[in-house]
Amino acid sequence: MTQPSIAIKDFTVAPPRITSWQRFRRAFFSRWIVIIGLVILLVMMFTAIFAPWLAPYDPYKQDLSSPLLQPCKAHLLGTDGLGRDTLSRVIYGSRTALLIGFAVTGVAVIVGMVLGLCAGYFGGVVSMFIMRFIDALMSIPMILLALVIASVLGGGLKNVIIALSIGTICPYTRIMNGLVLSIKQNDYILAERAMGASDSRTMFSHILPNAFQPIIVMITMQLGFLILAEAGLSFLGIGIEPPFAAWGSMVNDGYQYLMTNPALSFAPGICIMLVVFAFNMVGDGLRDALDPRLRGMF
Amino acid sequence: MAVILTVENLKTQFRIEGGLVKAVDGISFHINEREIIGLVGESGCGKSVSMLSIMQLISTPPGEIVDGKVIFDGKDLLKLEAKGAEMRSIRGSKIAMIFQEPMTSLNPTLTICRQLTEMLELHLGMDSQASRKRGIELLKLVGISDAETRVDDYPHQFSGGMRQRVMIATALSCNPRILIADEPTTATDVTTQAQLLELMKDMVTRFNASLVIVTHNLGVVARYAQRIYVMYAGRIVESGNSKDIFGAPRHPYTIGLLKCVPRLDEALDRKLVPIPGMPPNLIRMPPNCAFLPRCQYHIERCMQEPWPELREVGNQHYVSCYINTQEKQ
Repeated sequence: MTQPSIAIKDFTVAPPRITSWQRFRRAFFSRWIVIIGLVILLVMMFTAIFAPWLAPYDPYKQDLSSPLLQPCKAHLLGTDGLGRDTLSRVIYGSRTALLIGFAVTGVAVIVGMVLGLCAGYFGGVVSMFIMRFIDALMSIPMILLALVIASVLGGGLKNVIIALSIGTICPYTRIMNGLVLSIKQNDYILAERAMGASDSRTMFSHILPNAFQPIIVMITMQLGFLILAEAGLSFLGIGIEPPFAAWGSMVNDGYQYLMTNPALSFAPGICIMLVVFAFNMVGDGLRDALDPRLRGMF
Repeated sequence: MAVILTVENLKTQFRIEGGLVKAVDGISFHINEREIIGLVGESGCGKSVSMLSIMQLISTPPGEIVDGKVIFDGKDLLKLEAKGAEMRSIRGSKIAMIFQEPMTSLNPTLTICRQLTEMLELHLGMDSQASRKRGIELLKLVGISDAETRVDDYPHQFSGGMRQRVMIATALSCNPRILIADEPTTATDVTTQAQLLELMKDMVTRFNASLVIVTHNLGVVARYAQRIYVMYAGRIVESGNSKDIFGAPRHPYTIGLLKCVPRLDEALDRKLVPIPGMPPNLIRMPPNCAFLPRCQYHIERCMQEPWPELREVGNQHYVSCYINTQEKQ
């Protein structure tokens, strides 16, 4: 028997497989703007961790003999009204920004998601109690709510985090509730229950993974807003008060000197802008990389 | 053959704004070992709801199982708590169900492996290695080629027919006694339909399970089912062996359904004969036979007496009708 000209075995080899991690890497790093965002975030985290070694001066040290200096060799970004080095304060400010951002987001996301899951899944009385409570909370503007809570608790970092967290829980609960209501209708949830899955298994192993994507996008949107909210609180006198170095309050402090010493406001302002941009880009990249449906593209 | 599931006078209702929908209004049937039965009826007659009621998967705020018994393994399933551990252990491992839409029946964020092995780990307590092996075996059984690598893929990487095969594999993974297929082929094309039905028949024979095919397509049950139940407006109107139902149908509804199907051995220009009228509104059911407005054989008695009880007209052949349609044909 003559051999076929194309060997059969050439077609029985499966195409090369890539692992989940490789796929994720390809997806996430495929856009250069996401990489830029990631780099900015990494720089910021590096700065926050190594602030004591990077900052040229002690951010709290006042030098009343040289206030409001323009950027010069000794002080690369100048000094503020009390002679504190702006550059050092900007560097230390990254710590506060990250801390507030992650702490508040962490608390709010966990509490909000669990509340939203329960409200959406169980419906009825449970949903009524949770959602009406959230509705009431949401009807108060977040800044005002945080203001009231912070003034009751007193200012300071810890209380600012608590105050902002309570306000931030609301959008996550709402979104989660809505997501659960629509995910619940899907056939595969019924199929899971037909296989004998319990309520908690259905909620956490099946509904929750399908809800991640919008939550991730929401997280990145909220992170920037939180930094701005903190600035607002500081402006109103509650929140991170000087001498604590926080970008938000630095922008407000420097506002009065905008014409003469723009660096005082611009430096922290640009940092806020870069960080918010970075979080948004990274969130975008994460969402695309984690979406199982887009996996075919990478 | 031994009876493994008996349903007695099952009644399921849904309370909605417009009133009380009597979706299932007193049906009784039984399933024997290693048997394939067909549950036929048009959309809205209560077939899916009756199957969901057996598994207690009805959403209880609007829906409620108000009467009846489902006897399985010597126990009345309806007496068990819907969300309780006992009922959950029966679902999936003793009675399994597959659904109509393969595209949405699988969780898009989990791999096939995870979805297959979850049942095995949950009901049989297998560890992840063993369940993964078993999962790959099952995928091979249902005809997914390259199973070792495909098992780690996501549902969107499978076609509809393949997803339905995965669903069949998942449903049979714990060796259930009964597999309920709720319109399993409605959403697939004809060639895939044939493949899936052959596969299901093969699988239940191999696993010694019984199969319930719920469908509105008579052709599907004609070939595979040994016994058929015909449902209309929440009740069973005719039941019997396939041969009797197709060879000598008695209920005007069944006769009408069979007349709707074009036949290969008749003239091409014969007009199709649909059943005139519409199915009844399940909220405002008349006290007499619900098929009356559409029935061409009806007599005076049909208008005055309540919905007829099932009476025996042949060997295991029951009909819910006052007329002897055989003489009228």
